Amino acid sequence: MASGTFLTRGLGGEDMAAKEEALLETRDLTVNFHTYRGEVKALDHVQLSLYPHEMLALVGESGCGKSVTALTILGLLPQNAHVLEGQVLFKGEDLLKKTPEQMQEVRAEGIAAIFQDPMTFLNPVLTVGVQLKEAFLVQKHIWTAETRDMSATGTADSEIRGFLLEKESKKESSKRESGRERGKIVEELSKDILKLVRLPDPERILTQYPHELSGGMRQRCMIAMALARRPSIIVADEITTALDVTVQAQILTLLKELRDTIDASSILITHDLSVAAETADRIAVMYAGHVVEVASTIELFRNPLHPYTQLLLKCIPDVRKPVAHLESISGTVPDLIDPPTGCRFHPRCPFAMEVCRTTKPVLKDIGNGHMVHCHLY
Amino acid sequence: MPDEILVVKDLKTWFPIRAGILQKTVAHVRAVDGVDLEVRKGETFGLVGESGSGKTTLGKSVLRLIKPTDGQVYFDGIDVTKASKKELTHLRRRMQFIFQDPYASLDPRQTVGSTLVEPMKIHKLVSSKAEAMKRAKELLLRVGLNEEHLFRFPHEFSGGQRQRIAVARALAVDPDFIVLDEPTSFLDVSVQAQVLDLLKELQKELGLTYVFISHNLSVVQYMSDRVGVMYLGKLVEDAERDVLYKYPEHPYSYFLMAAIPVPDPEYKKPSKLLTGDVPSPVNIPPGCRFNPRCPYATDKCRSGDMPFYTGSGGSYHRVACHYNIDFDSGNEVLRPQMS
Repeated sequence: MASGTFLTRGLGGEDMAAKEEALLETRDLTVNFHTYRGEVKALDHVQLSLYPHEMLALVGESGCGKSVTALTILGLLPQNAHVLEGQVLFKGEDLLKKTPEQMQEVRAEGIAAIFQDPMTFLNPVLTVGVQLKEAFLVQKHIWTAETRDMSATGTADSEIRGFLLEKESKKESSKRESGRERGKIVEELSKDILKLVRLPDPERILTQYPHELSGGMRQRCMIAMALARRPSIIVADEITTALDVTVQAQILTLLKELRDTIDASSILITHDLSVAAETADRIAVMYAGHVVEVASTIELFRNPLHPYTQLLLKCIPDVRKPVAHLESISGTVPDLIDPPTGCRFHPRCPFAMEVCRTTKPVLKDIGNGHMVHCHLY
Repeated sequence: MPDEILVVKDLKTWFPIRAGILQKTVAHVRAVDGVDLEVRKGETFGLVGESGSGKTTLGKSVLRLIKPTDGQVYFDGIDVTKASKKELTHLRRRMQFIFQDPYASLDPRQTVGSTLVEPMKIHKLVSSKAEAMKRAKELLLRVGLNEEHLFRFPHEFSGGQRQRIAVARALAVDPDFIVLDEPTSFLDVSVQAQVLDLLKELQKELGLTYVFISHNLSVVQYMSDRVGVMYLGKLVEDAERDVLYKYPEHPYSYFLMAAIPVPDPEYKKPSKLLTGDVPSPVNIPPGCRFNPRCPYATDKCRSGDMPFYTGSGGSYHRVACHYNIDFDSGNEVLRPQMS
């Protein structure tokens, strides 16, 4: 089996600048949570677009709605949440209209998720190999005959397809045999994918249990399982938060490498603007359930427009430029049961005007895809 | 010679691992394994390291919240490790601890007022209830909260406010020395600086000495005068802050600094990355503890003791590395033995 070509982007070197159709789009997403204290207005008309081959970072402080946005996209909202309004368009279909069973299929083949604490998501009584195998086997279409001669895309499909065709030509079609063959293919693929996420000694890791691995290795396994499903979108929710800085740096480097080699877009959710600065192509800043600013990473750092983004950037200490005084934003994040009227940031905003208290701003495109949710512009 | 308020000598805190029916001790987790440290009056000593490096255990051992296995901790000349119960109570009035998680460190069933008054009563610092409440009010105002907060319960406060309450509680007994264990890691960046600045102001006003523990190197840089880097239960380097951040000499310090994410997308990071993970503190590698991950390690690093050498940042710069390494070119020169 040829290894190493697995998952690599077939054509390579496409020009990112040519703005394609959005792969995923949320339109006016508004989500409330029922709690005994009242309705928590977690998301308010969230507009986001994710383009092919890009890494979009969703940045904000705790309670700003970044994880709720991810859960809504994945169809994993808890029971007490309900979507009041909006659409999540993925390949032209509204995910919010799908049944839970259909969503399970979307998560198996279209949108994969990786979360903060791998130990909660790995099964402690199964080996990594068994769990990884499952990730390969949930993709029904690879294993059914109809798709075998789909046009080559340069991904795992072609390898598997080639293998299956070769087998067919030898006229080995007993069911038992095909099961064993399938196991063999999956094992090869598992090893490849563990190599892809830079895990040393894949043979051994396949036979190990999650508790035998370190935090960084577990997170790599989670990434491998997400990649195994060859998703179009990977949602990574605070995946480095529980890791140490040196391990975080390794995982971020891996993400950057993968961005260049695999054929997928990703949404990186983080509270740490520095992490976003290092990895993302574009950044969307969220505050109290609103998307307040969206821009390319460089543009956002060079020319932040929303007062919240400007202040937030001043709050982050930078080891290269130590300061005598670190800024903070006065006040606290509002209670979303009773959010401020108008712009939700106005009670903490140094530039607040009368209009900010009464009218909610819209997310305005001010050129070059730089969008800001503020009355100042 | 500046006067040291805290002197830690060869401190070891080991946790036994028990197994079998008889619960025999089969091994030890060597969380803190021979740390020497001096903290001067009025300064902030920053302690950085990754999880499992023993920084929190060291902080707790200094106050004897965990009993150290071996070694001495002198606070103002008194050996904390050998202090009697009575002496310890007296010492703890002067040494306080602020915990990482303000959601867990405050009693949910006590009002803020009684949380603040309790330590004053225990240490008999006030003669009447009225006086205690008056002091509690002053403390709340001092940490940026209101009088009316006295009668509220912790769940009514945000994380930042809770951490302010924890600071007020530590100050209630009028301490000289506070160990701050990751005091802002549970807070959002937009309020983190508020708490850090409060701590700085209080230090200036009350002449406090801090040991500031954090895995966040930028925050430690903001707060500290001197910084020590811990790895696997040992200090590997300590120096004046600017010396350490500009010219780290221990390879671990260097890689740690290089791994910090920088809030600037146009910054070109040094491409060198540390591989692997921190080994288990049960099976500590012989020689220099960092040798399995160190790209500069030689045979000399793989066995024997690892003494401290004087770094180039002056007499208070200590480095636990045999070599003087130029990280750009990779050249290494053996350091002269310390006399």
